[in-house]
Amino acid sequence: MPVMTMVQAIRAGLDEALEADPRVMIIGEDVGALGGVFRATDGLQAKYGEERVVDMPLAEASIVGAALGLAVSGMRPIAEIQFLGFAHQAFHQIGQQVARMRFRSQGHCTVPLVIRAAFGGGVRTPELHSDAFEALYAHCPGLKVVLPATAYDAKGLLAAAIADPDPVLFCEPLRGYRLVKDDVPDEPYRISFGRLRIARPGRDVTLVAWSAAVQLAERAADALDAAGISAEVVDLRTLNPLDVDGLAESVARTGRCVVVQEAPLSGGFGAEVVATIVETSFYDLHAPIERVSAPDTPYPLAGVEDFYLPSVDDVVRAARRTLAVP
Amino acid sequence: MVSILDPSGTLAPGVAAPLGDDDVLAALRLMKLSRAFDAKGASLQRQGRFGTFSQVGGQEASVVGSAFALDPARDWIVPQYRELPALLRHGYPLSHFIRYFQGNPAGGAIPQGVNILPIQISIAAQLPHAVGLAWGLKRQGKDAVVLVYFGDGASSEGDFHEACNLAGLVGAPVVFFLQNNGWAISTPRRKQSAGRTLAERAPAYGFPGVQVDGNDLFGVYGAASRAVSRARSGDGPTLIESVTRRIGPHNTADDPTRYVDPADAEHWRALDPIDRVERYLVQRSGDHRARIAAFDADVAGEMERALEEAAEGESPSADQLFAHVYAEPPVRLARQRAERAQRGP
Repeated sequence: MPVMTMVQAIRAGLDEALEADPRVMIIGEDVGALGGVFRATDGLQAKYGEERVVDMPLAEASIVGAALGLAVSGMRPIAEIQFLGFAHQAFHQIGQQVARMRFRSQGHCTVPLVIRAAFGGGVRTPELHSDAFEALYAHCPGLKVVLPATAYDAKGLLAAAIADPDPVLFCEPLRGYRLVKDDVPDEPYRISFGRLRIARPGRDVTLVAWSAAVQLAERAADALDAAGISAEVVDLRTLNPLDVDGLAESVARTGRCVVVQEAPLSGGFGAEVVATIVETSFYDLHAPIERVSAPDTPYPLAGVEDFYLPSVDDVVRAARRTLAVP
Repeated sequence: MVSILDPSGTLAPGVAAPLGDDDVLAALRLMKLSRAFDAKGASLQRQGRFGTFSQVGGQEASVVGSAFALDPARDWIVPQYRELPALLRHGYPLSHFIRYFQGNPAGGAIPQGVNILPIQISIAAQLPHAVGLAWGLKRQGKDAVVLVYFGDGASSEGDFHEACNLAGLVGAPVVFFLQNNGWAISTPRRKQSAGRTLAERAPAYGFPGVQVDGNDLFGVYGAASRAVSRARSGDGPTLIESVTRRIGPHNTADDPTRYVDPADAEHWRALDPIDRVERYLVQRSGDHRARIAAFDADVAGEMERALEEAAEGESPSADQLFAHVYAEPPVRLARQRAERAQRGP
């Protein structure tokens, strides 16, 4: 089985989709000759033509809005938004139009659309590129929010997103594009939404994360392991649908929980995870749930982003607090 | 500005009527139904039996003339919220419109084979949808045209610019039908743009723009027909600025006496698009007078039947909250659905 980086796995998934279904088309900024600013569409325009891999004018609202129309017409568009930080310019189209077209038309007009967007920090981007705004979208009923953490998951979740009859926001971690590498089968496969992944089994404490924070949690689990603490790392994979039962099962095993998010603390999706666990698993808990996150500040310039982003040590200390081990 | 039929109902010299009398009678009946429903809906709204809605009054020629240029079997309408007679002509049932504005989600259902998108409430958001829809239909080799309605206020939104720009680039078979009705709620046209016209923006996007007398059924029909032919033959989009006037409030919650000059209202009432068509038909043949006179009772009956049908339909229920959010409801939503089924409103 070949080892791929996450961006290679995404490219392979897009290639497979274009090959398999003539209705599939990719639209976005710089997706053609350049192959996308991260090369996720590298070579695809040359292979499938300018009609199927379309360089769009620099206008996020109409990339998403036109993709809605394409989907209603019978196409299967995949829209790339270069950075999730720029999706604000399309927020009304995503949250208000795409997400609720099925609802507003009583199922008559459906929007099988995948919106791919790079997001998250750690790679020294210019300002306004790196925010982890996934919670904004997880709060939009009708929109599925998918965030792979591994190359294997990226390809399998992307295939499921493209096959899904409803719109999916597919968030790809900037930091993981080339850093994350794992085994990815050549043949097509799909990973169902709403099933979390136990990235690493453990007994003493559950570390819940998604996207690039999963690797952070795994590194924290290594450090905890060295101190004799067995941490279970849970990768949510999808925020909507949320694997409510899977979370409860993990917390039932460990009795302790730390939720790790890259986004600012207040109003983040971690709060939803904590609330969910409190509802389902309060009597399984031996200690208060801890949250690890960025502070409630705007995403800063690159020179201070390491002060901003949650660290391995933050996760380790939070886990030790749940175990009352100083 | 294109104008064919003057306010006295007389055709411009040397111009042939673009519609035969039977079609003109059908258009007039629809215009009268629209005007009658404005009154009926407002009355029901005052009684608490209908929700806040926007009347078409004054814009009937603009809406009906443009809709008549389309073939409902293959063309699409992407509406805003003030185009009831266009939706009816395209096959959307009046009973659904009533249910929708009574607050019943079932009204949003679009019957199979009726080529419309849902009524749009968010200003200009439908414009990129229309472009994508037209682009996709073209990609699939269909000879369909998409006509999208919006207003002078919507022309100030970013979505208008983005949609026109993209439509020009991909040669989308779309007709941008801008109803310049003079007002965006209380904001007059002159405060939307310093541009002389709104149509003149089109050449900057690489396609033609035309201004038409929006109270002239023939002028609108002609301009829309030319734009539809152009789109269907693969020559791309057209922007039509239909210059008309809303003679009523923005919607049933609005009070236009706070911002409309009575003299201006008087001026536009003299240009009423329905009177103009009636005068034309009566000049054509005295026999039309009786047929026109019969329309009032006829449309009243149609409205009553639609109201009865709306009342007999699916009544509001908690289940409607959940039925069409996703193809497959997520586990959590399925649980919420079961919980809500146990409680009342």
